[in-house]
Amino acid sequence: MTLFLIVTLNGLTLAALYFLAASGFSLIFGLMRTVNMAHGALLLLGGYVGYSIVDVTGSWGLGVLGGGLAAALAGALVQAGVLGWMQGDELRQTLASIAISIIMADLMLWYWGGLTYQVALPEALAGGQRLPILGVGYANIRLALMAFALATGLALWFLIQRTRFGAVIRAGVDDQDMLRALGYPIGRIFVLVFALGGMLAGMAGVVAASALSIAPGTDLQFLLSSLVVVIVGGMGSIGGAALGALLVGLAEQYGLAYAPTYGVVFTFAIMVLVLAVRPQGLLGKAEQ
Amino acid sequence: MNKLKLAASVLALSAMSVPASAEEVKIGVISILEGAFAALGQDGIRGAELAVLEVGGEVDGNKVEVITMSSDASPDSAVNAARKLIEQDGVDMIVGPLSGSEGLALRDLSKSYPAVTFLNGSSAAQDTTLRDSSDNFFRFGGDGAQWMVGVGDYAYNDMGYKSVAVIAEDYSFPYTQVLGFMTEFCSAGGKVPEKFWTPIGNKDYSSVVYSIPQDVDAIFVALGGADAVNFLTQYSQAGGDKPIIGGSITIDQSILDSKGPFKKLLVGAPAGTPTVSDYDGEEWSAFSASYTEAFPDGFSAPSIFAHHYYMSAKAAMLALDAVDGDLSNDQAAFRAALTDLTFVTPTGGTMRLDKNRNGIVDNFVTEVYEREDGSLGNRVVKVVRDVDQLLGQDEATFLASGPVSRDNPSCP
Repeated sequence: MTLFLIVTLNGLTLAALYFLAASGFSLIFGLMRTVNMAHGALLLLGGYVGYSIVDVTGSWGLGVLGGGLAAALAGALVQAGVLGWMQGDELRQTLASIAISIIMADLMLWYWGGLTYQVALPEALAGGQRLPILGVGYANIRLALMAFALATGLALWFLIQRTRFGAVIRAGVDDQDMLRALGYPIGRIFVLVFALGGMLAGMAGVVAASALSIAPGTDLQFLLSSLVVVIVGGMGSIGGAALGALLVGLAEQYGLAYAPTYGVVFTFAIMVLVLAVRPQGLLGKAEQ
Repeated sequence: MNKLKLAASVLALSAMSVPASAEEVKIGVISILEGAFAALGQDGIRGAELAVLEVGGEVDGNKVEVITMSSDASPDSAVNAARKLIEQDGVDMIVGPLSGSEGLALRDLSKSYPAVTFLNGSSAAQDTTLRDSSDNFFRFGGDGAQWMVGVGDYAYNDMGYKSVAVIAEDYSFPYTQVLGFMTEFCSAGGKVPEKFWTPIGNKDYSSVVYSIPQDVDAIFVALGGADAVNFLTQYSQAGGDKPIIGGSITIDQSILDSKGPFKKLLVGAPAGTPTVSDYDGEEWSAFSASYTEAFPDGFSAPSIFAHHYYMSAKAAMLALDAVDGDLSNDQAAFRAALTDLTFVTPTGGTMRLDKNRNGIVDNFVTEVYEREDGSLGNRVVKVVRDVDQLLGQDEATFLASGPVSRDNPSCP
């Protein structure tokens, strides 16, 4: 029983990380219909930059912020410099973003090398907590991770539902042409949304590098998990990303604890099931 | 006029025969230069290049050319790399690959290219040479079980561990490592109540961490690269305090050089390995010095991968020299020379092959310690010389215990 509860808690914390990684991916897709395959590379870039900043300044908060900003800048550059030129041509954008992700991965391998990096945690997050009732040690960083994901989710919800910028994004999701006709600078909005998505990815990268670790290849792992999460949850919906992350995180942890060898299968079984029964994702809107 | 023609053709013939006597020998090196193993794979290439550099890039007037190809740890990528090297680049021999299951794939492939000699890199699955071996596949090194010799014994008798849980990646190399550890540990009287096989590249080990039985004395961790870092971090964060026993690549120098707070857990951990970065043997110091001189941007000392690629490439250079670069007749003379070759390895032992063309090697039991500058290194606890693939057992008994797998061996 204790093991089951612990594994559930592990699933929730892993889901928090997947949500952070997938929310930006989902946001970008929701507005622009762009499947940004460079999302994992943005995440890894954020993680590396965050590591370097923490290494120099010793401040974890600064690292998360810096990693997020670096990935935001990279995301904006990707949209403004490459993907913006082929807006509306989704297949070409997808292929171009794959190319960008490979180039970025190689550049990062060149600069940071192939070693495994972990971000040093601040004193308050480094240790473990004795959990009440269960009576086992649990890592502080994983508990903080849930709080972080919750805060990010709420902030994102507030931004999209309650602010003017959010209203523009939502309008763009529903009817891009009308938004353009009303005189909104859609190109600039796209760049901003890409920066926001990059920011989320970059921060997720630093958090992932703190709770787990980053190395070449981490980019593809998170890209894959983000893809699965948004396919299960529904493309373009923040709530869907949260639900998808929950399902995938829990499935992965139960799999690892009770059937370690076949753990991976559970995740994809969920995806296959969702695609068969509800192809637009659990909370996704069907295409008209 | 006819005389002139004759003279011209004689001249032409003799001109053509000059390059024929000084042929170029092409060596294809396959290693992993992408993904999580990229840094380790790069070091493997350095090892092979070092062996070629030592002979000045030529053997008996035959220029040696090295062509590198990357695989990605999957068997089919290694096969593709080998096919490209053989069919497009026309290599005479291949040094590689790096990872366990890749080695099994190249062993199978070598049967369809009898004119090419395959020299294993650092791949260490048991059955690459033990069962179904191939005549043109040579391994101048040990398998994963040979690399653990001495550790099971040391853990039971010297450290006093009676019960050990195992955490390892789910593929051929860790199976072989676990076999090497358990063969000694179980026959000494130790118990292994649980084994956790995790997918390669797994990030989040927290659920495995909590499944480890509380009553074991230590944990044997046979994970490589980022996987080891992730497990150890999460184990220490969850308040885990069982002593660690390391597999051969769990505590390789490349892991000890990685960044992060997890490394404290490793201090004092014993492990089995054929390569010790800080070994103070005379041959090793010389090897390490020439490595550092040739590759100032390499690791602080040669890794297990540089060491093994080096030995294979060195064996090729020595055998080439023995036959004066003669690769004719499907390399028959060259292979005979390889089979009979003996040379002194960087660890001071004598390398030679058994009848399956698998190396008889030195192995070390090591312990992680903190150097004065705060970085970590391995120091030697004991050296076991002349370890063969049968781990000192008689062949029939050893083969009868069956191929390694998740459940074999077992002593719960």
